[in-house]
Amino acid sequence: MRDVSIIGIGQTKVGEHWTKSLKELATEAILAAIKGARTERVDSLYIGNMLSGVLTGQEHLGALVSDFAGLRGVEAVKIEAACGSGAAALRIGYMAVASELAEFVVVAGVEKMTDRPAEQVTAALAMAADGDFEAQNGLSFVAINALLMRRYMYEYGVRHEEFAPFAINAHQNAVNNPYAMFPFPVSADDFKKAKMIADPVNLLDSSPVCDGAAAAVLCPTEIARRFNDHPVRIRASAIATDSIALHDRRDLLGLEGAAISAAKAYSQAGLGPQDIDLFEVHDAFTIMSVLSLEASGFAERGQGTRLGQEGEIAIGGRIPITTMGGLKARGHPVGATGMYQIVEVVEQLRGQAGKNQVSDARLGMAQNIGGSGATVITTILESYD
Amino acid sequence: MGLLKPNRDVGIVGYGAYVPRYRLPATEVSRVWEGGEGALPIKEKSVPGLDEDVVTMSLEATRNALARARIDPQLIRAVWVGSESHPYAVKPTSTIVAEAIGAVPHTQAADWQFACKAGTEAMQAAIGFVGSGMADYALAVGMDTAQGRPGDALEYTAGAGGAAYLIGPAQESLAIFEGSLSYVTDTPDFWRRQHEHYPEHGSRFTGEPAYFKHIEAAGSELMQAMGVKPSDYTYAVFHQPNVKFPVKAGKDLGFRIDQLKTGLLVNEIGNTYAGAALIGLTAILDEAKPGDRILAVSFGSGAGSDAFSLRVTDKITEWRNGAPSTRQYVARRTVIDYATYARYRKKLVME
Repeated sequence: MRDVSIIGIGQTKVGEHWTKSLKELATEAILAAIKGARTERVDSLYIGNMLSGVLTGQEHLGALVSDFAGLRGVEAVKIEAACGSGAAALRIGYMAVASELAEFVVVAGVEKMTDRPAEQVTAALAMAADGDFEAQNGLSFVAINALLMRRYMYEYGVRHEEFAPFAINAHQNAVNNPYAMFPFPVSADDFKKAKMIADPVNLLDSSPVCDGAAAAVLCPTEIARRFNDHPVRIRASAIATDSIALHDRRDLLGLEGAAISAAKAYSQAGLGPQDIDLFEVHDAFTIMSVLSLEASGFAERGQGTRLGQEGEIAIGGRIPITTMGGLKARGHPVGATGMYQIVEVVEQLRGQAGKNQVSDARLGMAQNIGGSGATVITTILESYD
Repeated sequence: MGLLKPNRDVGIVGYGAYVPRYRLPATEVSRVWEGGEGALPIKEKSVPGLDEDVVTMSLEATRNALARARIDPQLIRAVWVGSESHPYAVKPTSTIVAEAIGAVPHTQAADWQFACKAGTEAMQAAIGFVGSGMADYALAVGMDTAQGRPGDALEYTAGAGGAAYLIGPAQESLAIFEGSLSYVTDTPDFWRRQHEHYPEHGSRFTGEPAYFKHIEAAGSELMQAMGVKPSDYTYAVFHQPNVKFPVKAGKDLGFRIDQLKTGLLVNEIGNTYAGAALIGLTAILDEAKPGDRILAVSFGSGAGSDAFSLRVTDKITEWRNGAPSTRQYVARRTVIDYATYARYRKKLVME
């Protein structure tokens, strides 16, 4: 095993890209990442994506995108792990370089969701749940999160408005992110009045359907400085799984996959949650942020919303989250989200996050979650400038 | 580029509106489908009665146009009806209308289909037909009894109504066409396939890449080609699927709200589809003064826009009183509840 660093990043604006196809979005992000890495050589491309088959009638993305991006001939495959596809691709790319099977690897995440009517997108996203026991019975992803949120509120006596700071924080941070879908602030009053989607999950608890792509270039740390002035090292990379269906979970609110994944990452890095300077959580819904923070050791069980109430999740707080808008306000192009998180952590660790810069950020963590917690990828990045 | 001008000047020699009397308040749709909490895009929409369809409604509007034009129907050399709710899939609406007004047998007759732009497409053709000298008079009708899927966002607005225009020589016209322009692309924002009762749509895709792109391109290119600006117009009317869209399009193009409000009827009668821009224009003609300029821009999904620049003549004041005004039709209303609407629009189907 050898050390691996990120030497280039790229991303498209997140939004409704009606005039750009999936391969155009992916290529835009990939070429930006390669340009940033100052290298012509690419050995492999791993591309995270969840819905290309069902929503755009296109599979075989490895060959499709590598050819379109001018990388014809390289090893290239699609990696799928529902909403965790992006970070799962990073994990595979990391393994390729760490194992010395490849020198220069491009990892990307891409998703194109807005060309289809809402009901088709909702049905497609439900494929991340248990097809036999959840999706087939009409349980959408919002509904799954509504069940979790309702249970959380019941178990811990938490009121719905206590989740508001997570949406407010995400939107506030998106204001300064030129790639964000919703670069505008929202208030506690907006949260209170937001349209109900699946009680108790309202519109501002939820991340949007959108399109986007993000990418990074990896190489061995020992040569990384030749290709980028600010390489960022991958200190830990861990995937863990849990039961795909809620009813099979040993502990409904424990998010065991996240707990295992975070514990593995901390162990690899020899770190703990107290060492992390910022955390890109998978805030597909506000409840998921809270469960992720608790499972990853940033709050005691049932105390996650207090981090929001007390301002600890803001830039300048104890554990800044969703520093560029998160899934809520930057947007959640599902298979690309994990790579957006990585790109944003790299920006923070390079000191290139502009007005949203977390001061003295050295260690950043990202957690990308597939389904309702069935696949969880935790990545810890470190600057070594 | 793109400016359309016929060989001889033509204009509108007669116009007529028609709106069915029944109204379904948007609160009724919200009550049934959203627990009373749905956002309301308009106040109420018009609903045709049990014995009304695009044929009968086109005839009503055409008779109003003839009453204003006072010409012999035998001189009408084209009867063209644009709609997306023709009663027959095969068999023209236009022959029934032509027969009923006495324009047969030496006339063109055909139905036009281009979503909400079908009526103005017929109008462009009528301008060309008369403008070339092949005919002295041609009739263009835009009329619809639009259907929205129960519970869909479009059910709030899918209304019924439209307008008929007799196009003829400029010297006989109450408003003269100064120029027109069409802007068309393949844009799949809204559609209905064969044998389907209700259209489908691409949600927000119907906005920026569809409605706004085409309306604003057609409107701005026409004004540019003619060397005029929004302040040269007294009135402007745009396809009106809801209140928000035409107001935004108007503002984007540089019009003030007071230029738009006369032709803005959607809040009170709903979206009349192929009739929407055209019935807004009849409402303007009801009030316009000689010399006023009017910009009218339609939008049809699929997608395209027709833009027309009109100048009102002295004949308007004398001729417009020959038939009921658009506002009289808007004011003639009987409110019904959702259950009655469901009966009138044949929503109760067990299959």
